[in-house]
Amino acid sequence: MAIILTEAEAKALLQKVLKYSKADECEINIMGEERGNLRYARNEVSTSGALTNQNLEVQSAFGQKVGVATVDEFSDEAIEKCVRRSEELAQLAPENPEYVGVLEPQTYGKSTGFFESTAAINPDFRADAVAKSLELTRAQNLTAAGFLENQKGYRAMMNSKGLFAYYPSTNINFSLTVRTPDGTGSGYVARGYSDAKKLDTAAATKIAILKSKGSVGAKALEPGKYTVILEPTAAVVLLENIFFAMDARSADEGRSFLSKPGGKTKLGEKIVDERVNIYTDPANPDLPSSPWSGDGQPINKMSMIEKGVVKNMFYSRYWAKKNNVKPVPFPTNVIMEGGTATLEEMIKSTKQGILVTKLWYIREVDPQTLLQTGLTRDGTFYIENGVIKHPIKNFRFNESPVIMLNNLETLGKSERVVSTESDRNYLIPPMKIREFTFSSLSDAV
Amino acid sequence: MSGMGFGAMMLSQVPVIGNPVSEAHLLDPWMDAASKKKLTEVALNAAKSKGATYTDVRIGRYLQQYVFTREKQVQNIVNAESYGIGVRVIANGTWGFSATSDVTADGIAKCAATAVAIAKANSKFQKEPVELAAQKGVGDQTWKTPITKNAFEIPVREKIDLLMNVNGKALENGASFVTSNLFFVNEQKYFASSDGSFIDQDIHRVWPTFTVTVTDKAAGKFKTRDAISSPMGMGYEYLDGLASEKIAGPNGLVGYRNSYDMVEDAIMAAKQAKQKITAKTVQPGKYDLVLDPNHLGLTIHESVGHPTELDRVLGYEANYAGTSFATLDKWQSKNFAYGSKLVNIVADKTQPNTLGAVGYDDEGVPCKEWDIIKDGILVNYQAIRDQVKIIGEKESHGCCYADNWSSVQFQRMPNISLKPGIEKRSVLDMIKGVEKGIYIIGRGSYSIDQQRYNFQFGGQVFYEIKNGELTGMLDDVAYQSNTQEFWNSCSQLCDKDDYRTFGSFFDGKGQPGQVSAVSHGSPTTRFDGVNVINTGRKI
Repeated sequence: MAIILTEAEAKALLQKVLKYSKADECEINIMGEERGNLRYARNEVSTSGALTNQNLEVQSAFGQKVGVATVDEFSDEAIEKCVRRSEELAQLAPENPEYVGVLEPQTYGKSTGFFESTAAINPDFRADAVAKSLELTRAQNLTAAGFLENQKGYRAMMNSKGLFAYYPSTNINFSLTVRTPDGTGSGYVARGYSDAKKLDTAAATKIAILKSKGSVGAKALEPGKYTVILEPTAAVVLLENIFFAMDARSADEGRSFLSKPGGKTKLGEKIVDERVNIYTDPANPDLPSSPWSGDGQPINKMSMIEKGVVKNMFYSRYWAKKNNVKPVPFPTNVIMEGGTATLEEMIKSTKQGILVTKLWYIREVDPQTLLQTGLTRDGTFYIENGVIKHPIKNFRFNESPVIMLNNLETLGKSERVVSTESDRNYLIPPMKIREFTFSSLSDAV
Repeated sequence: MSGMGFGAMMLSQVPVIGNPVSEAHLLDPWMDAASKKKLTEVALNAAKSKGATYTDVRIGRYLQQYVFTREKQVQNIVNAESYGIGVRVIANGTWGFSATSDVTADGIAKCAATAVAIAKANSKFQKEPVELAAQKGVGDQTWKTPITKNAFEIPVREKIDLLMNVNGKALENGASFVTSNLFFVNEQKYFASSDGSFIDQDIHRVWPTFTVTVTDKAAGKFKTRDAISSPMGMGYEYLDGLASEKIAGPNGLVGYRNSYDMVEDAIMAAKQAKQKITAKTVQPGKYDLVLDPNHLGLTIHESVGHPTELDRVLGYEANYAGTSFATLDKWQSKNFAYGSKLVNIVADKTQPNTLGAVGYDDEGVPCKEWDIIKDGILVNYQAIRDQVKIIGEKESHGCCYADNWSSVQFQRMPNISLKPGIEKRSVLDMIKGVEKGIYIIGRGSYSIDQQRYNFQFGGQVFYEIKNGELTGMLDDVAYQSNTQEFWNSCSQLCDKDDYRTFGSFFDGKGQPGQVSAVSHGSPTTRFDGVNVINTGRKI
């Protein structure tokens, strides 16, 4: 059997698995994927690899007693054993007060995340894509270290109430760091696409080269509060900490940035600038994602923050039932609406400020305020009177993305970016922020 | 990067490699050494016949048992097993690697052939052929972590009872919420190489941890305190809580050496989290810091461990984890003052009870101890067989590791530890000499730049020191420094009686990422005039 099953194949397999079930309720999730990668450093290939992976997970429930078993071999015998094992585990398990039963059949929206161009990638494609990048760095006597990884796969699920869901997807991520031979300049670029046709490693490499050469001769600037323009690659690693922390249960329990004195939450309250709109939309053609969550709930276009107001927190089905509200699944993609300004226009309208192209080693300092620390990296530039004057040495910052979005000046056009912290893809605009807090200088290049 | 310890981690963030199996299956014996040897010989011969000039083979069975709870509930129990074979070869002067879970003679021969084919394909890009430091075959060898209680033999019920007791005691003592976890790992690996080494190893690791949260709903505030346990290269005996392994500190604080009392720590954690709610916010400025080993271990990891990895220094990690300020010219000068004269940092893979301790690394090199910083001077790096020639050495340091049979081995951090002081000195003696300082315990937020100059660390618990005495708890504390400046401000060390290890269970490196486990020993240590910032904000 192929690793990547079609919708019909997946459905047939799931129906077969379900037939073995003797539990009160049964839910099966399957996935299959093929991945390939090529890694290079010091202008030479360092490692390469390929991985195929398939997995079938059976969840059986007797009343409130739940057991889960998985298997990566799809023979009839292996599958039946897996079903029996999940039932044994369920019988042995203590009652789970948070088990809310499987869902009725649902209707899902359409989202196209599988592209033949990406699915067809072979080792030669990877070698060629990397060769195009290496040619450029070698020719300019610059040092490249990069990583290219492609993936194709599918997920599907079925339960004993008749729910069926299937979603195939492809993805390709490319990242590259270009350094000058003397180590005084460094530039970075990252690209992520569902459709490999959109990946142009040569064009991306040129950006990293430009930043690498442009960051040579960095001057030190005093730490303090500055107006910054964050390129999307820099902004996303701060913003995703807001997305991750929008769980309703934590907020209700009084241990979230969305908790309020007196035991209430900030749901329905304005927490950031009114131009901030953050939402999920699996059907977005630039960032397609699964229209259903891992437990089978439909994911449709839904606002998380609208005009600066918290519109939705995430409710698990258990927490929603307990609080008598509608469940809100964790989204499969996140989009921040942009403005109209180009990066060039944003620079032009800046009297004095700093262009930040990448942030690094982001860690939460205080979960109460979402205060994060980290550093600028691979190209940081001083802007004066609307033009980039010179590269500057890297800074450490201490800033909360919530405070940052309250100090919003301008939003640019959203684009697809890869988070260097979580590897997730997002649509995020470049943004100009006033009073961004840099607390010390770093000698790192 | 460091994915070190995360008490409050999400279940989905925990790296689980392999398939769930029954608890009983974890104790099933695997194949004997002679059968494993036969299979590795298939790979060695197949690779050689295809043109490999060097081959190593790892047959591995990797077992994991993880238990997750919150308050009165068991959230998840993971029993996982992964086994298969990884073959690494040199052909045309280039590395090639392939792995398979098909551990039959046919499957292995195919896997070896693929590894050779990949090496030959990649040799098109290679400019300089790989040169391995010589390693004499060691013949048939075995090594086991010297455990007294195999954690996998302890019934899960007993583990759940322990965690329920931990959670219950934390709640009784004022915690609003508590999550607690147990992690157990057993690596059964058989290594064979064309050098003539056949090494059978049985490695155990353990990590108990928790996070206690106290909320003040009226004020809309919450504070957490993580366990001050350490992951260890030990069996279940680490959880015995032996009195003889406790070190009494100031203010009723307890330090744990090679035995941990999880319930006692949970009670302390609940009380401290409550105190943190009303603790005084720190006045930013310069302070003398007294750093507990359970805190300092992370600072050592980030500011000494990572910058002295030779692959980083050379640029192999430039696109992800970064490079290093500790460049070859600084080492070559033989006078680069990494720290003050008191600073002696050793690398080792042999210290008992540590996460790094094994008999042989994943290249078949016998493990040892070596100096990294001697009397404050940078004297060496961490290097493996294809790197040591760059630093003029003929023998690998023995710190090569792969996190699974399916991952290719590469240079990973050995234990990196700060030697204790020779002069007799307790923590109380040290505090007595400090006029304006902060005593920091436990690992908190951590961040360091990609060349390891500028860092910022938080902690779990902070006490103000005024005129030689602890005066009360502080909050919103983080210190920022530059690696060289910081280690040169090291002014006092406690002695060997205070020496303890801290560790990282899931330290991340590489693309695609691999985890490894590593310990960092140190005594309580004093650093003068370090910049402390206030991290309190209002949103």
